[in-house]
Amino acid sequence: MKILVGIKRVIDFNVRVRVKPDGSGVDLDGAKMSINPFDEIALEEALRLREAGKASEVIVISIGPNACQQQLRTGLAMGADRAIQVDTEEKLQPLAAARVFLALVEKEQPGLVIVGKQAIDDDNSQTGQMLAALWNRPQATFASEVVLEDQVARVTREVDAGLETIEIDLPAVITTDLRLNEPRFVKLPDIMKAKRKPLEVIPLADLAITNDNKLTIDHYAPPASREKGIMVDSAEALVAELKNRGLL
Amino acid sequence: MSEREVMEYDVVIVGAGPAGLACAIRLKQLNADRSVCIIEKAAEIGAQILSGAVIEPQPLDELLPGWRDNKPPHCIPVSNDSFSLLSKSGAKKLPTPPQTNNHGNFIVSLGALCAWLAPQAEALGVDIFPGYAASGIHYTQDGSVGGAIIGDMGIAMDGSQKASYMEGIEIHAPLTILSEGCRGHLSKQLIKKFNLDADCDPQTYGIGIKELWQVKPGKSQPGTVAHSIGWPLDKNTYGGSFIYHLENDRIAVGFVSGLDYPDPNFQPWEAFQQFKNHPKIKPLFEGGEILSSGARAIVEGGYQSLPRTEMSGALLIGDAAGTLNVPKIKGVHQAMRGGMLAAEHLSEHADGKGYDQALRASPVMAELKKVRNIRPGFHRGLWLGLMNAAWETITAGYSPWTLKNHADHSAMQKLEDYQSPERNWTQRELAPRDRLAAVYFATTAHDEDQPIHLQITEPDICISRCTQEYGNPCTRFCPANVYEIISEEGNTKRLQINAANCVHCKTCDIKDPYQIINWVTPEGGSGPNYQNL
Ligand SMILES: Cc1cc2nc3c(=O)[nH]c(=O)nc-3n(C[C@H](O)[C@H](O)[C@H](O)COP(=O)(O)OP(=O)(O)OC[C@H]3O[C@@H](n4cnc5c(N)ncnc54)[C@H](O)[C@@H]3O)c2cc1C
Ligand code: SF4
Repeated sequence: MKILVGIKRVIDFNVRVRVKPDGSGVDLDGAKMSINPFDEIALEEALRLREAGKASEVIVISIGPNACQQQLRTGLAMGADRAIQVDTEEKLQPLAAARVFLALVEKEQPGLVIVGKQAIDDDNSQTGQMLAALWNRPQATFASEVVLEDQVARVTREVDAGLETIEIDLPAVITTDLRLNEPRFVKLPDIMKAKRKPLEVIPLADLAITNDNKLTIDHYAPPASREKGIMVDSAEALVAELKNRGLL
Repeated sequence: MSEREVMEYDVVIVGAGPAGLACAIRLKQLNADRSVCIIEKAAEIGAQILSGAVIEPQPLDELLPGWRDNKPPHCIPVSNDSFSLLSKSGAKKLPTPPQTNNHGNFIVSLGALCAWLAPQAEALGVDIFPGYAASGIHYTQDGSVGGAIIGDMGIAMDGSQKASYMEGIEIHAPLTILSEGCRGHLSKQLIKKFNLDADCDPQTYGIGIKELWQVKPGKSQPGTVAHSIGWPLDKNTYGGSFIYHLENDRIAVGFVSGLDYPDPNFQPWEAFQQFKNHPKIKPLFEGGEILSSGARAIVEGGYQSLPRTEMSGALLIGDAAGTLNVPKIKGVHQAMRGGMLAAEHLSEHADGKGYDQALRASPVMAELKKVRNIRPGFHRGLWLGLMNAAWETITAGYSPWTLKNHADHSAMQKLEDYQSPERNWTQRELAPRDRLAAVYFATTAHDEDQPIHLQITEPDICISRCTQEYGNPCTRFCPANVYEIISEEGNTKRLQINAANCVHCKTCDIKDPYQIINWVTPEGGSGPNYQNL
């Protein structure tokens, strides 16, 4: 069984995000870029399934410009067997990304697709779900445990009320939550091996995807900075101040 | 312990700064078949590089002749420069000393420059491994250096192995090149082990603290370079400021304090902030925001403090050796030149023998010799220092004497022996408020569950002797507020080390008066993530 894993190149979670002065986007100049942390968890899970003999091949996919080959190479160094870059300078919205995945699913015929529950740059949390709908296959989102048995996956999901375990038929889509696993470090010699693993580049145009962005972005703005607080010296003063501001 | 995995190269280079990268590129240009790798502790190339920087471009012209048509990001020619003497509220223009005449030079972000050099090295076949710290030296049976050890990953604070544990590996090579920059962790060990500093003066240092600002449109005049001396430093503290105007309304501002300062109460970070809030300086930054900030030690000893740069199986290059020209405050061209020279020397002598001699006969050393007396001239204070500097400049370094350097940690005076000067520092208004707020702009990250990488070899000294004798100066000289004295119940005190905040400047390793702080490499990829510093 093949597993497809989506990995997106995003601004690193440690980097302080800053909106460009002209509001046209987030300033990425000199910022460290990484694999979206949830996608890294997705890849780790796929590798563990392969290592447990439940899968035969792990393929990492990224949609974006050549720069995202850096993340694909990291994925290969972690242990993926091969990589596919869907080459485009455009920023795809979740529906278009899901269509790209569908095209690759049709080509590769995987038994499982694992993606992160959301990308930390736009926090949409839609691509996995949309792919399941387009593909017409089951989905298990926000996974914190995955057990594969023959043609079913038993997945424990993190839901508002706690944990929920469901069984889904394969092929299926799983999206990962933070507690699923802790991704491995990359071993130095594996970086060298990764250089020799196949990385296929498919121009977006070759996939004949309808890329009709449903949303247009007007501008980006940072959250309003917090105003300086005031000190009150008694409960009465606090109540008076709250009333004064129409909050009570 | 199991045998570690081994990778073999012809040359292993530790540190992807200008010295290491220039050396690697030159090695491949001269012999494409030689296998070369570079180990870099930062998660990305350039992310832990902090410099001014105005650079002299000649070594780049030699190394990459077409570079001016394919410039790195954030690289503009210097258009004018000035040099001022500050008092608390005024500024007086002085003639620009010839050393800091920057005609023909470029303002760059050295981090961005290194990130631009790295793919060019890779294109020549150099393997570059960011995110891996060289934590130790591999010695061969005859005691020569035989390569570098890459530290384990996934070790918990208590030394146990976490679920993510991954054993480090060894990189073996007939030749190891240390280009760790100022106060390299492995370089320090090697200098000691091979007694490389037996015939030179002690090395001396400064601490440079820097911020990159996005200023209000119209305030930056790209290409402008300004240096100052004087306020807020007292006459017994060497140092000064730099302000470099970049494009797109960005300004780099920094402040260097010589680490031979005597006052145990001196706070280099606060001095920098005081400078920024000087009435002549502050308007530049009002209404702007900080993009990135950090700190890094600078090697200042020059000619008379240069250790032997060669030992069996290894070479020291760049600031790891100490080739920076202090009066110019420029080390990049010297580091690149030294790195290229090492590569050229290796083509003739694969074992590196004779490199030290070649370096001493090269323009790198000639440049250091010429200015050798300027920095130590300031030991006697600012005015005599300036007069001496003028003399040394006029005579082009031909004075028949060489002034001595002394170890920085021994320059610190005890509280009871030193009357701290009245500093009259002002109420500050510009960001950042304090050191913790500044660390936020360094985006420094360390997994908190790892062994503390600031090793105190004799912890008993901290609360007993040091508190009394020096008042725990580590709490003041560290620019990232890593050291804190915490009072606990029952009137006891203890030293708390907030290692996760460390920006790898190495000041504590240098200035601690008892020399009991040992900076070692944390888990690879940890540390600051500077943006364009
Ligand atoms: C505030 C300041 C201002 C300056 N201004 C100027 C200027 O205007 N012009 C100028 O020419 N010079 C300037 N310099 C000096 C210049 O930055 C240095 O001379 C130059 O960076 C030295 O290059 P290097 O390659 O030797 O070391 P570095 O640039 O310090 O590079 C060393 C590299 O090695 C890595 N490393 C270290 N130890 C290890 C390890 N154990 N394992 C793995 N990786 C490791 C580090 O992360 C770093 O990337 C300035 C310096 C400072 C601090
Ligand atoms: S702990 Fe030492 S190396 Fe780290 S930031 Fe502080 S002074 Fe610099």
